[in-house]
Amino acid sequence: MSLTMAQLAVLLTLMSSVAALVFARQPRFMISLSFFLLGLSGLVAVAAGGMALLGNQVEQTILPIGLPWLHVCLHIDALAAFFLFIVGFVTFVASCYGPSYISRHADDGVHAVGTLTFFTGLFVGGMYLVLLAADAFSFMIAWELMSVASYFLVAYQHDRAENRSAAFIYLLMAVVGGAFILLSYGVLAGFSDGFSFASMAKANLTPAWATIAFSLAFVGFGLKAGIVPLHVWLPQAHPVAPSHISALMSGVMLKVAVYGFIRFVFDLLGGIHWQWGVLVLLVGAISALMGVLYALMQHDLKRLLAYHSVENIGIIYIGLGLSMIFTATNHKEVAAIALVAALYHCLNHALFKSLLFLGAGAVLEQSGQHNMEHMGGLIKKMPVTAACFLVGCVSICALPPFNGFVSEWLIYQAALQGTVLKSGILGTALPITSAMLALTGALAIACFVKVYGVVFLGLPRTEKIHEAHEVPRGMQFSQIILSISCLVFGIFPTWTANVLNVIPQKLLGTGFAGANGDSWLWLTPISKETASYGALPVLIGLLISWVVVYFFLHPPTRDNSIRIAPAWDCGFGPLNARMQYTATSFAMPIRRIFSFAWHVSEKVEPAHMGKGPHYFLHVSDWVWMYAYAPIGKIIHKVAERTARIQGGDLRIYLCYSFFTLLFLLWVIV
Amino acid sequence: MTGWIFALVQTLCVVLFAPFLAGWVKWVKCKLQNRQGPAPWQPYRDLLRLSRKQVVLADVASPIFRAAPYIVFGATVVAASVLPIVSTQLPTAALADVIVLVGIFALTRFFLALAGMDVGTSFGGMGSSREVTLSSLAEPALLMTFFTLAMNVSSTNLSSAVSHLAQANFTLAPSLIFSFMALLLVAVAETGRIPIDNPATHLELTMIHEAMILEYSGRHLLLMEWASMLKLTLYSILIVNLIVPWGVAMTMEPKDVAFAAITVLGKLMALGILLAVSETSQAKMRLFRAPQYLGMAFILSLLGMMSHIILEVR
Repeated sequence: MSLTMAQLAVLLTLMSSVAALVFARQPRFMISLSFFLLGLSGLVAVAAGGMALLGNQVEQTILPIGLPWLHVCLHIDALAAFFLFIVGFVTFVASCYGPSYISRHADDGVHAVGTLTFFTGLFVGGMYLVLLAADAFSFMIAWELMSVASYFLVAYQHDRAENRSAAFIYLLMAVVGGAFILLSYGVLAGFSDGFSFASMAKANLTPAWATIAFSLAFVGFGLKAGIVPLHVWLPQAHPVAPSHISALMSGVMLKVAVYGFIRFVFDLLGGIHWQWGVLVLLVGAISALMGVLYALMQHDLKRLLAYHSVENIGIIYIGLGLSMIFTATNHKEVAAIALVAALYHCLNHALFKSLLFLGAGAVLEQSGQHNMEHMGGLIKKMPVTAACFLVGCVSICALPPFNGFVSEWLIYQAALQGTVLKSGILGTALPITSAMLALTGALAIACFVKVYGVVFLGLPRTEKIHEAHEVPRGMQFSQIILSISCLVFGIFPTWTANVLNVIPQKLLGTGFAGANGDSWLWLTPISKETASYGALPVLIGLLISWVVVYFFLHPPTRDNSIRIAPAWDCGFGPLNARMQYTATSFAMPIRRIFSFAWHVSEKVEPAHMGKGPHYFLHVSDWVWMYAYAPIGKIIHKVAERTARIQGGDLRIYLCYSFFTLLFLLWVIV
Repeated sequence: MTGWIFALVQTLCVVLFAPFLAGWVKWVKCKLQNRQGPAPWQPYRDLLRLSRKQVVLADVASPIFRAAPYIVFGATVVAASVLPIVSTQLPTAALADVIVLVGIFALTRFFLALAGMDVGTSFGGMGSSREVTLSSLAEPALLMTFFTLAMNVSSTNLSSAVSHLAQANFTLAPSLIFSFMALLLVAVAETGRIPIDNPATHLELTMIHEAMILEYSGRHLLLMEWASMLKLTLYSILIVNLIVPWGVAMTMEPKDVAFAAITVLGKLMALGILLAVSETSQAKMRLFRAPQYLGMAFILSLLGMMSHIILEVR
């Protein structure tokens, strides 16, 4: 039943694509229709995923398409169902948001809206199929469909040069990543008797080949997920796509890559080695820290959010790494906690990152700006967006009682069980990564205080902001839905963890016992005496204390009126927008303290010829400068050398053909 | 049920006691510096006065500015309710463990810093920027300290930690010594005391906490000030109950609880004297020296954890 519904969801996305082609001449109708179909597919996918996850169903089917000896197998199990739920939910929300967001492009003639909606349908359909695929063959086709379709989405506003270059880099990295994944499946297929996941899972690999397969998959899926140092495409591609696409790419597509990695390592590869876990753990910790440090230096709102995706993927990988280490050392219950934490963080990140991207889209549309330094004071102009964005900020900063906190808390709980490991290397790796995670969390707070303070609070910095107003209903609705779910998944963590517990039960053979402990009010991963977190009681405690304090401070016998006056500012006189702290000045102390993390070039041009002094600051990525730029140079050099054989002279080419023929004849004879 | 009522009363007592501790530290400090200081109960008078004053609100302030005092104060009160202060047998201990406690403090800091940015004055922005910078260095050290503690007592629950520490034989575990040193350093930084911040200062370019709340007045300022006193009290309680856990009641017997209350009070007053001495004997640091101070705290906490893993795990 749930698999049929999942197939229906795929069909609906394809219909949405077809609708975009058929009604390309009536853009407004086309936008409504194809987004309606897309949203419907999202709802169907949520239902399918929810049913399969709650019922813990496993279903399989073979479609009568494909090559005669290689049919397309689809399946749905708890792991796929969970990710299907995430993808479906965000797709639904994004398609509520999309129509009003892109309808302003409908008539401008420059941007082909039909192309956008066509590829959006294919992109979402590709993601569904990746999750449903039960053999390497259909997995790869769906994976490439997802990658190529999203390339066209990134390249949508191709009239801008930066968008073209971002799209090219994205496509390049996607192709390289796809090749790595293909090779990793190739290794597995070499040891088994078919391409289906069922037969691959039975493959009996030697440790060396298993490590090779793991490394290939780690790089391949890591490229898509955006772990450091493979993240460079991500902060370029995500900001340039339309905002609801950014939400899908950042909130969901990265999760599909995480799904692929979990499926490959925990399900297909079997026999996890602890060294792999350490690698995943360290790479995750580095990604988390680098992601947040680079985000802090960004002033482009969407690029900042993209760097935070690197951070959150890092956190997910920390959870996965912990789970792998504990699985390999046969502490399955702790491994289950870590795996549930990683999955929970996938869900949370999908919710709050989509929320933030949608909010950023609303802000960009109203301010006409990507640069935070030109915003300010938007909370008065866009109260709903501002409130929802605040929820997103609190959630992503992992503050109780919102959802981001629960998953990070679970990761800490798993890491604290590190003392059960008897190895010195592991014993030191765990605390170091938890320290990095703690630093990451604290820096994330700094970053989002900066974002919210500069964008929404204070005084408007440009004229355009004065004209800003609240976005249309559809765009508000999707943000409100996501905000509510951020709160719901934050205050009912026990229920969520219980549902997620079926995934480790299937993959590791055991869940964690504490999940269904004493009461649904307390989340107790190990035991009640060891650690507990009552999310709802904490929220109730906060509410009670607010109410009590409010009534205590507002006695009815007294005049409680408030006098509105100009800001005091220590008596310095009238404020203007240029006096307030900017994003650059806000992050300056952190830039000075962690100066080793970036390549910072700073220049001050003194006042000259009637012009005021100018301050230039450019912060660039070490990884790009020292890893990718040299590779690019080498490829360029090699290409230049090889180009010499192309003289452009017909006689030279005839010579080449003649000598080739001679060589071949010599080989044959 | 009696447990919950007791927890409520205890929280109320701590909230009411907090201004006294702040006043006490100030009074001792004044005596040490040969000054005629205000009486220890002066903070109560100040708060009462603030509660009567009309609120003057900047015209550019947003709803966040008005909500922040309630959020900050309310969250600090919730933090007070989960600490094991006189007894380890409270039902509220299950609400939150030590990581949640750090999270709740982070929540208050988030809104405090937002409130600083809200009016758009440069002072507010400066205070917020400095606050988040310093706390992003202090928070990891604090968490590492708590992790070491949690590994030692194999629990992140504060009540079990305190009772475990109180009942254990007195041994000088190196990991605990390192962590407690780190905890002391971090607590000084997180509560905004000398040498990181100066709670007595106004309009000095080095201030942090006061810069964020400059625009507040009346009952809003009262909440912000009270919350900061309460935070000092909570960190002090954490320090005295973790480092010298003896005297905390393991039961809910009235006799034990009364004895524990007196002991905790005595320990807090002694810690206040210690704080006053340390604040009198050193000068405030330049802002960019603070990372070294907090880096020191972080290294100490990391050393604590390493020594636990390498030396103490069997």
